[in-house]
Amino acid sequence: MPAVQETVERVKSIDVDQYKYGFETKIEVEKAPKGLDESTVRFISAKKNEPEWMLEWRLEAFRRWKTMQEPEWARVHYQKIDYQDLYYYAAPKKQAGPKSLDELDPEILETYKKLGIPLQEQEILAGVAEENRVYSKVAVDAVFDSVSVVTTFKEELKKAGVLFMSISEAIREHPELVKKYLGSVVPVTDNFFATLNSAVFSDGSFVYVPKGVRCPMELSTYFRINEKQTGQFERTLIIADEGAYVSYLEGCTAPSRDENQLHAAVVELVALDNAEIKYSTVQNWYPGDAQGKGGVYNFVTKRGDCRGNGSKISWTQVETGSAITWKYPSCILRGDNSQGEFYSIAISNGHQQVDSGTKMIHLGKNTSSRIISKGIAAGVSQNTYRGQVSAHRKATNARNFTNCDSLLIGDKCGAHTTPYIEAKSSSAVFEHEATTSKISDDMLFYCRQRGLSAEEAVALVVNGFVKDVLQHLPMEFAVEAQKLIAISLEGSVG
Amino acid sequence: MALLEVKDLHARVEEKEILRGLNLTINPGEVHAIMGPNGSGKSTLSYVLAGKDDYEVTGGSATLDGEDLLELEPDERAAKGLFLAFQYPIEIPGVASMTFLRTAVNSVRKKRGEEELSTPDFLRLVRERAKELNIKDDMLKRPVNVGFSGGEKKRNEILQMALLEPKMCVLDETDSGLDIDALKIVADGVNRLRAKNRGFLVITHYQRLLDHIVPDVVHVMARGKIVRTGGPELAHELEAKGYAGYENAA
Repeated sequence: MPAVQETVERVKSIDVDQYKYGFETKIEVEKAPKGLDESTVRFISAKKNEPEWMLEWRLEAFRRWKTMQEPEWARVHYQKIDYQDLYYYAAPKKQAGPKSLDELDPEILETYKKLGIPLQEQEILAGVAEENRVYSKVAVDAVFDSVSVVTTFKEELKKAGVLFMSISEAIREHPELVKKYLGSVVPVTDNFFATLNSAVFSDGSFVYVPKGVRCPMELSTYFRINEKQTGQFERTLIIADEGAYVSYLEGCTAPSRDENQLHAAVVELVALDNAEIKYSTVQNWYPGDAQGKGGVYNFVTKRGDCRGNGSKISWTQVETGSAITWKYPSCILRGDNSQGEFYSIAISNGHQQVDSGTKMIHLGKNTSSRIISKGIAAGVSQNTYRGQVSAHRKATNARNFTNCDSLLIGDKCGAHTTPYIEAKSSSAVFEHEATTSKISDDMLFYCRQRGLSAEEAVALVVNGFVKDVLQHLPMEFAVEAQKLIAISLEGSVG
Repeated sequence: MALLEVKDLHARVEEKEILRGLNLTINPGEVHAIMGPNGSGKSTLSYVLAGKDDYEVTGGSATLDGEDLLELEPDERAAKGLFLAFQYPIEIPGVASMTFLRTAVNSVRKKRGEEELSTPDFLRLVRERAKELNIKDDMLKRPVNVGFSGGEKKRNEILQMALLEPKMCVLDETDSGLDIDALKIVADGVNRLRAKNRGFLVITHYQRLLDHIVPDVVHVMARGKIVRTGGPELAHELEAKGYAGYENAA
């Protein structure tokens, strides 16, 4: 049987329930009542002891959301979401705020162990010098379901003046910063999912790096979706003040379940003059079972604002999970000489649908952006790159380079590239390259003649394909990503 | 015992019978050459032995060291010691040659029940072998075969052969696309690997390669089987007279 045929057969038989991280943690959860109305919004706000202005902000979003339509332009198909049939808030009951990891609920620690990210070890690692070859320190703000359970290394960060805390905490402790920046990149009215998030966001991370400070460690959030029918509405806000630098890592996995899980996060990045933010994501949410049922719906709005001159924002993502991905991490290049980057690996297998890409909006002078996107489609999945590059008429000398490559495994999947390019400035130079290729039988045979098994051969070829992007991930993340890529393509070849 | 024993081998590609009762016995230490006109099935033989998809064996047998080769997956055949130097080596974008070599060597060693090589040992081994083939470090850093010249691709094949230490080496038209200097380097590389426990099957259209890799036995293949067998002088005869007499010789 030809390898491609075998691939197709294998994909048919793939049992996605083998999903590596498909387990649930039994922890008592405090929920908001099912459904969404003003009282839900008030409930969430009250649970988090929010000030009045925050509640008003949420309510305004909610009122706006009620007038909005769910967008349908993406190349994804799914059963209509009944927004009244979801829970909008769930928090682990024991939330007295443990001072150290030892105080964590042992079940939570166990969950992290299964995921291979034992917090305790990370904390120890972070303190041990000989382990610092690759990265100096990793601070973990672990979000378990909707509430930040523990924040580590806060003290050390404090010394550097870096604020790294849950957004709920930030709302209480640094209202001036939150008021100034929250919703300033992704306005409350931005889009259906972002507006929903603004109304009901549960928790997330807040980072503020003061002027001239280079954040002494990589900041990292691992979070999981837990508890049935709980929408997860993360809200992340990262601000790098003038001349500051921060690298933020986001990684996540989710337990398997029958109900679709809605995830509508919002991430806002603000880079002021000469500041740099590097945001890396490894996403491995439950993709659904063999029939494509039950996976996570991931509708995310991520946007960075290069607000200051000479600022830089870089997105790197490895997307392997979710039944549906709707995600376009973008950069608004407002400051003169600002730079935006987007490096992406999006893998779809089984019945997954990915519609992802980026927007580079050139507003300032001499702005430049770079997009490297690698899509890999296997099984009966559909993988779409959707990107927009635009130059405002004042954005003289705007530069963009885009490279979108798609790799197909088998002949039942699809790869699509939909670039929108718009230049209102005559001095703009935009380059776009796109290729679509297949893992050929000849390539696999060549590898196998040299002793590689079929799976090893695919892993090798795929790793070669995504190399340009992997090298932009922080080292410890790249290793994890490489593992994930192999896991996500398991069973995709005969 | 024969190293490679092919008996009455029949094989087809997409309903078309290409191999029609081929017999071939190669003993350890021997170098055999197969010559023949285009379309006689020379390359098909190499693919069938290596286990390429789409090549369906319809009859006969092939054993390596007495073990049925045709039942094995391509990577298992490689681990057992069968190596095919491709006529057209495949490009693998983004995968550094060094990574590819390392993955291949360790995969094969693992399947053979041997320890994986440590990084320093592996690097030492590669550098040594690469130097013999006039392969520069720079080439090992480049993606497998991508942008390689014809000569570089073929030298790279021989490097892989040297590193994987096969028992039975099949060279499919290794001389094609090579100028005389490259041909010499490749031939020297092959000759260096000649050993009393190793067999070679050199498939070629032209005699000139056999001036450098001198065979023990020369076969003429036509229409899917061996039609004549002789010593090295047979190659010279073919060079002089051409394949005219063999086109319809089945």
